[in-house]
Amino acid sequence: MPPPEAASTSFDALAREAAALAAGGSPTSSPSARAGELTANEAEVARVMQICNACRYCEGSCAVFPAMTRRLEFGKADIHYLANLCHNCGACLHACQYAPPHEFGVNVPKAMAVVRVQTYADYAFPRAFGALYQRNGLTVALASAAGLALFLVLALALRGTLWHEPLAGDFYAVFPHNLLVTMFGSVFGLAMLALAIGVTRFWRNVSPGEVPPGGNAPALAEAAHNVLKLKYLDGGHGEGCHNEDDRFTQSRRRYHHFTFYGFMLSLASTTTATIYHYAFGWEAPYPVTSLPVVLGTLGGIGLLIGPAGLWHLNRTRHPLHGDDAQKSMDLGFIALLFFVSLTGLLLLVFRDTGAMALLLAVHLGVVMALFLTLPYGKFAHGIFRSAALIKWAIERRLPSRLQLGSD
Amino acid sequence: MLDVLVIGGGNAALCAALMAREAGASVMLLEASPKAWRGGNSVHTRNLRCMHDEPQDVLTEAYPEEEYWQDLLKVTGGITDEGLARHAIRESSTCRGWMIKHGVRFQNSLSGTLHLSRTNAFFLGGGKALVNAYFRSAENLGVDIRYDTKVDRLELVHGEFRAAYVGNQRIEAKACVVASGGFESNREWLREAWGQHNGEWVADNFLIRGTRFNMGVLLKDMLASGADRIGDPAQCHAVAIDARAPLYDGGICTRVDCVSLGIVVNKNAERFYDEGEDFWPKRYAIWGRLVAFQPGQTGYSIIDAKAVGRFMPPVFPGEKADSLPQLARQVGLDVDAFMRTVDAYNAACRVGTFDHSVLDDCHTEGLTPAKTHWARPLDTAPYYAYALKPGITFTYLGVKIDERAAVHFGGQPSRNLFAAGEVSAGNVLGKGYLAGIGVTIGTAFGRIAGTQAARAALDTRVPQPVEGVLRAAA
Repeated sequence: MPPPEAASTSFDALAREAAALAAGGSPTSSPSARAGELTANEAEVARVMQICNACRYCEGSCAVFPAMTRRLEFGKADIHYLANLCHNCGACLHACQYAPPHEFGVNVPKAMAVVRVQTYADYAFPRAFGALYQRNGLTVALASAAGLALFLVLALALRGTLWHEPLAGDFYAVFPHNLLVTMFGSVFGLAMLALAIGVTRFWRNVSPGEVPPGGNAPALAEAAHNVLKLKYLDGGHGEGCHNEDDRFTQSRRRYHHFTFYGFMLSLASTTTATIYHYAFGWEAPYPVTSLPVVLGTLGGIGLLIGPAGLWHLNRTRHPLHGDDAQKSMDLGFIALLFFVSLTGLLLLVFRDTGAMALLLAVHLGVVMALFLTLPYGKFAHGIFRSAALIKWAIERRLPSRLQLGSD
Repeated sequence: MLDVLVIGGGNAALCAALMAREAGASVMLLEASPKAWRGGNSVHTRNLRCMHDEPQDVLTEAYPEEEYWQDLLKVTGGITDEGLARHAIRESSTCRGWMIKHGVRFQNSLSGTLHLSRTNAFFLGGGKALVNAYFRSAENLGVDIRYDTKVDRLELVHGEFRAAYVGNQRIEAKACVVASGGFESNREWLREAWGQHNGEWVADNFLIRGTRFNMGVLLKDMLASGADRIGDPAQCHAVAIDARAPLYDGGICTRVDCVSLGIVVNKNAERFYDEGEDFWPKRYAIWGRLVAFQPGQTGYSIIDAKAVGRFMPPVFPGEKADSLPQLARQVGLDVDAFMRTVDAYNAACRVGTFDHSVLDDCHTEGLTPAKTHWARPLDTAPYYAYALKPGITFTYLGVKIDERAAVHFGGQPSRNLFAAGEVSAGNVLGKGYLAGIGVTIGTAFGRIAGTQAARAALDTRVPQPVEGVLRAAA
């Protein structure tokens, strides 16, 4: 191979200049705080998008590239919007003529992933909690779960109610219903509120603020369809995305579906049980064939298969995919979902035994850990990606402002 | 003994390997590059030009054989072989099903390439995705793939292939397909081929848009062994690209698409060609040569604010200034000479109704060279300049082949040595370029070469005469 003796470094220099220019030459300690100033990670997305916009080969792979072609320059809001449109499917990396070892070093999924976690942090509510994303890893997740479970177990042990005669699955004999509702309802509610405030801020910063011809309904329906089907893990041809190499696989999409729908079924189970309780006065325990138990069981099975699969895929991902530093956060969330499900199903199986109180305490501890870490962990991706997909569905219905001639 | 040895790892080589394997031959493929750089120039491609008589999945309207042939005839100025060209054109109408079978996926023409939606079928993800798909398919079919394996020479006896040498390793096979590309990465050879112009070694300032691995080793070896030569070594696919592009593998994104929207001057700040002669897609491939014969092999595309947003965004930001003299100073042009050129151009502009999507009526009068379309004065700040250099994608010098892709020696086809891709593209493309024709030629003759190599290896009978193949293809 001939040595690239005159290998151009001008691009790097230009990128640095652009970054310096865009940053106004005044680096701050929290560089992403002020609009218009680009952090190094944001500047990398701008650099990469400028290359991609001059190439466009990946336009058919996902929504990121058609959204990119509607722009000539990439400001802060555009960068965060595009970063959250990216599903890290890897198609554009394996297809990229400018990917490493090319001197342009284009790695779209990685550049986007690094900015995504910044989106979550920047738009976190309360803002000071944004730093939690950096620390919300596997260790924190498991330690919180174990700690909370231990706390509940000890509380029961001190009261002398940890071991008991079989109670026929009567959870409320162990923890009063109102206590559970207050604790879990308020924590889950606060978690959702924090995310809602964050995503609203995100939306306001990046929204086109225009209503497409035909109204927003078709756009919303399309976005919902894309979210629920994980459209953008299909590679653009429907054959799936990448995991360990340039082969396409549906496994990530499938395990994500198991996880997502498992989660939704579990949520449906809880919701149904709440309606039973308050609307009809039917109190738990519910029979095995009842709607809450059937939904919960199916959801639980999904939440075993899905997270187990995602864990395996996460551990075998191609080293250039995404941001290695976030793997711990991903795994923390995956692990909590798995253990929520595992302890929940164990509780169901052994609810008629003397170990029910212990199992309940452990299960509740894990659930509480999940709820507490929800707004400052991997769960946020679903919220911000959905918002970006809605924005895209609206944007693509609006006429382009560019009049690019043929190339 | 191995049946078919394929030398090269780009589109043509992969097509040959897959076809030979499908025909039942044992196949080994030798790629000179490491795995990360595999695929040669094919990783920089994005579509193939397809003949079709009615709309197809990603192709609009029709692009019949005759129109295709006339397009090719026009760009090559007749330096082509009608039989081989029509053969490739017809192949392009039938090969896509096979490509899909091997994992290639197509997409609608990319934004900004609407003019190609009728003639060119784009690969989803571009050429590297195509190369990846073919390599996966080849692996699945049991093709023995070796990376980092540079063939130094062939052992030929009276034009018959015996073995290939990788260093001291001798690899025997019953038949061989050479699809190892042109010689565009070989700076010395380029220098020699282009020679001197006005005291400058023209090729020293070339950038290579394509792979760094096409050193032309086997092309040189086959020619030295008596293979019939085709094409002019100074003919190649040459585009004017951004002067800041990397020396190798700059690929598509280094193009500068604003030429027809402004003016282009050389280092003396003089215009040298009609920037608005025709639509840019029909003219981009001549500007490499045009710039190659300017001093320092450099040009400057100059536009004003009116052009911004009307052309594909360039990968490097242009030099930007609020006045024309300032712009000239920034790019190092003589300010007075530059202003004389711009003033003369501006004064000569006869602006009618500007429309970049048609050959409009904005033109110059009394200016040499004229700008015949899209001529509007440069009068709106900010102004931008993009320095241009010739960017070579691939060279056209090659070995003579026939309809069976058999390499000719002294006018006679070899029994078992075949060539495909850039190493023999000059048979069809002696001059000029037509978007997507490179992949068409590579695919057509790659597939033919693979089939014929398998036949030569597996069949002890005398190979089919050329006429028979022609009839079968027609």
